Amino acid sequence: MSATMAEIGPYLALILVGFLPNEVWRVLGLVLVRGLDERSQFIVWVRAVATAMLAGVLAQLILASSGALAAVPLWVRIGAAAVGLLAFFAARRSVFAGVAAGVGAFVLGAYLMGY
Amino acid sequence: MPEPAFATSGTAAGAFLHGTRVALTSVFAFVIVFTYIGYGALCHDYGFSVGWAMLSTVLQWAGPAQVILVTGLGPGALVLETAIAVSLSSVRLLPIVVALLPMVRRENSRPWQLVIPAHFMAVSVWVEAMRHAPTLPREHRIPFCNGVGLTLLTLGTVFTAVGYYMQAALPALFGAAAMFITPISFLVSTARNARILLEKAALALGLLLAPVLAYAGVGFDLLWTGVIGGTLAYLLHRWQRHRQRSAKSSGPESSSTMP
Repeated sequence: MSATMAEIGPYLALILVGFLPNEVWRVLGLVLVRGLDERSQFIVWVRAVATAMLAGVLAQLILASSGALAAVPLWVRIGAAAVGLLAFFAARRSVFAGVAAGVGAFVLGAYLMGY
Repeated sequence: MPEPAFATSGTAAGAFLHGTRVALTSVFAFVIVFTYIGYGALCHDYGFSVGWAMLSTVLQWAGPAQVILVTGLGPGALVLETAIAVSLSSVRLLPIVVALLPMVRRENSRPWQLVIPAHFMAVSVWVEAMRHAPTLPREHRIPFCNGVGLTLLTLGTVFTAVGYYMQAALPALFGAAAMFITPISFLVSTARNARILLEKAALALGLLLAPVLAYAGVGFDLLWTGVIGGTLAYLLHRWQRHRQRSAKSSGPESSSTMP
């Protein structure tokens, strides 16, 4: 497997490098779940692991982001996420209020920083 | 139950349409549109065809893995190295499938009937499915999940093409804002779904542990974030249940959504 991407072409790369390594987790989940009850303690634990892992992905997207987002100062990204969460709680757990306030704070902060 | 009971015709097709409605009115319809506008634009930048970009959304249906594939598909990149990076970014799909399927399947469900809902499974679909599926009769949960999943996947695929063609017209600030919508909306909707200590603790621990482990240079940091944060949250949940039980050991078991 020392082949390079240029040698295998975009569609074969999509199947071998994009689809299969990604889909393996869904299929493995399907296999593992056989015979498990939704109220089993294992499933409760897995649910906590899934939530913590998702939170980790979100922290990485906000903090160690790459591309267009990385060009915006870190404190603008963290501040906008905090504004979004505060607006969510202030607006009695309204997701739309939280997202709108977070994105608004982000755009305003980035604009004021001359982005 | 926070949600009113499901009140359509009571058929599988009705449950599928209910899923479609939930998906279209969900904050995730908005998120998927902006996420995939950003992804389509990225594919245009890296010189892929629009057909390839749309096919990658249909087949992968996992934002971080798609971005890694596109940015990692430079001519000199090694196939194995990129495949491992893609795979590590998608580990979260395993626990979400394991947490969801026992809630939606029936005793007589065949494994092939679960392949389609498992492929649709992404965090957006999972969040809506975990919120609504318990309010539905069990025989309607799989068609409901398929309705949510197919609707969001279709939106993602269409807006991959839209972003691809919009790329030249996008101002830089719009591009950055589109990329910020993904983390902020998942953060807020995960906070909404976190109603019990188990989920609140897992969310907070995951947010704190991921940067600490990444900063410390720990390998497979997301995997460890999930296992360590999830296990601590689970232990807190067990300890809280234990205290509740001993506090009212003579009273009846509290009716809760979690065992």
